[in-house]
Parts: sequence; C-alpha cells; structure tokens
Amino acid sequence: MKILKQILRTGIVTEPLPAEAAAEIRAVGAKLEEAIRKRFRGSLTIRQVDAGSCNGCELEIHAINNAIYNCEQFGIHFTASPRFADMLLVTGPVTRNMEIALRRTYNSTPPPKLVVACGDCGCDGGIFGESYASLGGIDKVIPVDVFIPGCPPTPIVLLNGILKAVGSR
Amino acid sequence: MSILKSAILAAIGTEAKFDGRNYPASMDFCAVPRGKFIDAARAMKKANALLVAEWSADESPLGRGFGVYACYRWGAEYLVVKIGLPYDDPVFTSITGKFLPAYRFERQMRSFMGVVPVGHPDLRPWIKFEDWPEDAWPLRKSFDASKPMPRVAGEYNFVRADGEGVYEIPVGPVHAGIIEPGHFRFQAVGEDILNLEERLGYVHKGIEKKFESLSWKDGSRLAGRVSGDTTVAHSLAYCMALESMTGCNVPERAQWLRALFLERERIANHLGDIGAVCNDAAFAFMLYQMSRLREIMLRTNHKLFGHRFIMDRIMPGGVSADIDSGGKEMMLSELKQLAKEFNRLVTIYDENSSLEDRVRDTGILIPEKAREICAVGIVARASGLNIDCRLQNPFPPYDRIGVNVPVLIYGDVNARVYIRIKEVRESIRIIREILETLPAGRISADCGIPASDTAGFSAIEGWRGEIVYWLQSGANSEINRCMVRDPSSVNWLGLEQAVLGNIVPDFPLCNKSFNQSYSGHDL
Ligand code: SF4
Repeated sequence: MKILKQILRTGIVTEPLPAEAAAEIRAVGAKLEEAIRKRFRGSLTIRQVDAGSCNGCELEIHAINNAIYNCEQFGIHFTASPRFADMLLVTGPVTRNMEIALRRTYNSTPPPKLVVACGDCGCDGGIFGESYASLGGIDKVIPVDVFIPGCPPTPIVLLNGILKAVGSR
Repeated sequence: MSILKSAILAAIGTEAKFDGRNYPASMDFCAVPRGKFIDAARAMKKANALLVAEWSADESPLGRGFGVYACYRWGAEYLVVKIGLPYDDPVFTSITGKFLPAYRFERQMRSFMGVVPVGHPDLRPWIKFEDWPEDAWPLRKSFDASKPMPRVAGEYNFVRADGEGVYEIPVGPVHAGIIEPGHFRFQAVGEDILNLEERLGYVHKGIEKKFESLSWKDGSRLAGRVSGDTTVAHSLAYCMALESMTGCNVPERAQWLRALFLERERIANHLGDIGAVCNDAAFAFMLYQMSRLREIMLRTNHKLFGHRFIMDRIMPGGVSADIDSGGKEMMLSELKQLAKEFNRLVTIYDENSSLEDRVRDTGILIPEKAREICAVGIVARASGLNIDCRLQNPFPPYDRIGVNVPVLIYGDVNARVYIRIKEVRESIRIIREILETLPAGRISADCGIPASDTAGFSAIEGWRGEIVYWLQSGANSEINRCMVRDPSSVNWLGLEQAVLGNIVPDFPLCNKSFNQSYSGHDL
C-alpha cells in the first residue's frame, strides 16, 4: 500500500526538476528518439565498458538511467552482452591490464560497432595520461566515433554525445 | 603515553627510536631494526591493534635504501613502525601471520617495489599481472614510468578445489551491468559457494607513481580521481596529509565546508547504494526512488558548487567553493524534502517481507572475521566494530558537532544497508548543524611546501570508511612517495569471507552491499 502511495506521490518524475532542466532533457530526448527511430528501428542497445576509469564516469552513465533522465523512454537500452550491442560506450584511460579485454569486447560486437569514448580520460587519458600502466585514450586501442569530454560528463552532455554518435553514421 | 607506544617500548625497548618531528601530533612514529619488524607486529597484535596499512618507499634519493612501513591503529591512536632495507638485500620478515590484511599489502609491495616479505604464504603478484616483466617494479626510482611495458608470457595460478561435484565459475573482468572490472572465481558445490577468489588490478592506472611526477598542488586533483565516487574524501585526505607536513592552518570556514562536502558525498553514495542493493534483491522500485533523491542532491551540488560530485573543490589550504545565504536556504529546503521522502522509503523497506527474506542472514561477515581482516567503515560498523575517524580523529567541526556513529553486530546485507540508512539520517543532521554554525571568514590559506625528507599522514572517514594517505617529501621537497589506502584495500577481503556458504545467485546482492571500489583498490 505504502509503495502505491509513494508511486502516486512521485508521479512521473519531472516535478522536482526546475523547468529549464526538464526542458533541456526533453530537447535532447526528442532528437535522440527521432534519430534512434530512423537509424536503429527505435532501439539503441549500448554495452558500457569500463576500460580503466576512476568510476566517476560510471556514476553519470547510471544517472542517465534514473527516473529523471530515463533514457529508456528515448529507446536507449543497456545490455550485458556485446553481441547484442549497437554501441560501445567506453570509459578509460585504457589500462594496460584492460587492453586485451577491451579488444575482445570490441571484436565480439557486431557492426555497426559505434564506439563512444566517455570522459576526459576516454578522450586522451586525462590526468592519468600515458604510462607503463595507462595507454591513454580509447582510440589508442580501438577506433572511436565520438568523444565526450568532461570529468565526468554530466548526464545531459552524455545524452548529447550519444545523439551525436547516432547521427554520425 | 599512548597504549601503542608503551606496547612497542615494552617489546623492543630502546632499540625502538621514537621521533615525532615528521608527523601530526596524533601519530606516533618509530624506527626499529629490520629484525624487530615482526616483534613490533606481535606486540601490536597483543595490544589489540588493527593493521591500517603496510607499504614501502624507495628512499634512494634521500641516501637510504627502501623504507618498509606498517601503520597500526587502536581506537584514536595511530602508530607507524618503520624498518630500513639495504638496496641490494631488500628482504624482511612477513607480518601476514599476525595481521591478515598484510597478505595483500605485502604481495603488492613485492610486485611494485621488489621488496620481499620472507615467510609470506603466497607470493603471487598482486595488481601486477602475469604478462608484466617480472623485474618491472614501478615504484622503484629506477623504473621509467613513461615507457610502455612489453608483454611477457605467464600464467596466474588460481586456487584450486578438487572433489566430487566441485565446479568452478569464473566471472569477469567485464561484468554484466555498468560496473567496474574485476575477476571473481567461485568454487561451488550445487549452488553453495565453497570458495571465492578475487583477482583485481584491471583498472590499475599507476596512480601512486603518477603522484611522484606532480606538484604538491596538482596532487589533490589526482587524489580526487583515485575513486570518483569518493572524490571529496580522497582529495581531503591528501590535502590534510600535506597540511600536516607544512603546518598549514586551514581557516575554520574552510574546515566546515570540507565537512559539508564530505557529508553530502556520504548521503549521495548511500542513497545510491541502498537503491542498488534493493534492486539486486528484485525490488527495483527502491532503486528508482533512491536514485531520484540522489539526483536531486547532485543537482544542488552542481548549482551551488559547480560540480555534481564536488570534484576539485578541496585544495591544499582550504576549499575553492563557498556558499551564501541563498545557498544555505536552498540546501535546507532540499534536506527537508530529502528527509521526508527518505523516511517514507525506509518504512517501505522495513515492511517489505520478501525483501527482508533476501537481505537478512545473507552474506554475514561475523565480528571476529571483520576484526581479523581489519575491516573499516560501513563494513566494520555493520559487523560490530565501533570505528569511525569522525569520532576518533575528528577535525573541526566534527569535534564540536559530535557524530552519532551507528554500530550493528549482525554483519549481513541488511546490517550494511541499515548502517547506511542511519548514516544518511545522521549526515542530514550534521549538515544542518554545519549550516547553522558555519563561521565567517576566509576559505583558504597558503598551504606552503613541505621541507625536504619529511612525512605526513591523514586518516579521513569517507563514505566507505577510513581513507589513509601517507606522503613523503624528497631531497628537493618534491613528492617522493604518496601511499594511498582506500577502504577497499582491506574490505575486499571481507567479501571473500562473507559469501562463503551462501548461494551463487546471492553473490551480486552480497557484493552490492559491500560496494567496494575497484579503482581505489587497483590504484
Ligand atoms: S574523466 Fe574524470 S570521472 Fe571520468 S574516469 Fe576520468 S577522472 Fe574519472
């Protein structure tokens, strides 16, 4: 009973959001939905790979799944298996210890294999740079379609980056 | 005289050289002869101390060999024991037989510094993978960290279990879901877990080595990226270790703001964790609700401090973000909504019997084991250990506001959830007090640069638990060594213990209730 009440009370969550934020999400969301409908038959499946991140980027990728950004409403789904993925969303720097696992994941992904590098580290290694342990940005190991800078990129920036990637092919 | 210091003196006598110059007052430091390292450990064990960390430093730029350090804790007391090893004979007696967490610390020291713990039961490399050259010791000064390392052939020998019906399940490094990479290997009979072996190190980024190439000031940015979910606490711990070396007086207002950031980080992470644990117990409703509350907090952070996780807002000497009266009002009304909705959700958690079925009696870490692995933070407090740096080593304003630290003894998934629930409530109270009593004044001071060949230390209660930094300056006052000990470095051992006898399908739930950092562990 209490659950029902809480659900009713929360409603469809847009209420705690200031209007400008909600508008922002709607704006990018509408474009995403449209692009995903055209190019991916309404459903974009993403495999997220942490190739060495500090886990900050993962938190924001989680956030686009939360009830406020609710990326599923635009047709974005996360999958556990690279074999069903249209897109790899990769955070990094790519560590030496993850290089092989990242390559394997890439090789098991069917075309079109969109690759999005997430965060300053995914773009160029960020503060970790290149060293004995860090290979640097994702494109040092696999081809990248779109780079999303930020440390970490906010959910809105992430959604915009994914949109850019969807339109890139 | 402190309990630990007397214990060392009683065991080793005048051969233990105490020296307070290089450390904060709360900390005793003593150098002992190499052969007495194990005697010191034995004395610490007898005094009921816990092992906080064990590490080594290449002190050749300071005209010495290797330093090997062990840090012990008893209540509010910390004590560091040091031995020196000559460069051409870097061996010492392992203390793993006395303190379980040394098991991994010493493997790590051997892997990265090439110092050898004699008598250690398991000298497989740790974090260093089998395809690294054997003689690659990244923390030695002679190691060129800028060059990529060649891959060599090698194999990691996992622990094996034989017997009828015993089978193995390897999982990872790339997991289902949006989580960090690591490898778990289960031995199971039917559904029951006989043994779990963790294999970590996949996200090793060379952080400790990287510190040595940075300025003192930039170090706090790197510390803020050791484990992104703990960016506030890590940069704070780094800064406080540095400030302990330079004698910097951080303005009061800055200290209050630091505590404010720390508590906001605690609440945001606890909310996420409570939701995630429930989700793994097939109660997705709670995940949606808790992530919504979390998102509200992050948005306030972004508005008030310019970053959703308050990253890079703590710096040596103070903070770089302040609040005004508008910010205070905004936070108070946010907290009001948060407290109300949170309490409602907790009632739902309490009354959900199918959830209770999953979280109670699952993944028990008994108090004796928690003590044995020297657990810290939430994991320790859910298993009967009353430890929290905000209580035992408070910096202002904690010493004035006081902290009610919840402790439970049952050690199951539910207890770890409940510690978080209680801490969210307490943190809300603390933030309100901070806002009411926030002193006026500057928010930063000049931190200065440490003198050469000094050391600094700090222990901060991040949301996972105690974070420890040990800094050492070199001959030219540069960073010679930065030792980072995330709570995960010890608490990962707790997960291995807690899952024994549980069923394999409950592993994700147990794991989530610990929620340790891979990045903070792998460094
Ligand atoms: S970009 Fe920032 S948040 Fe993302 S992995 Fe790098 S340091 Fe962490």
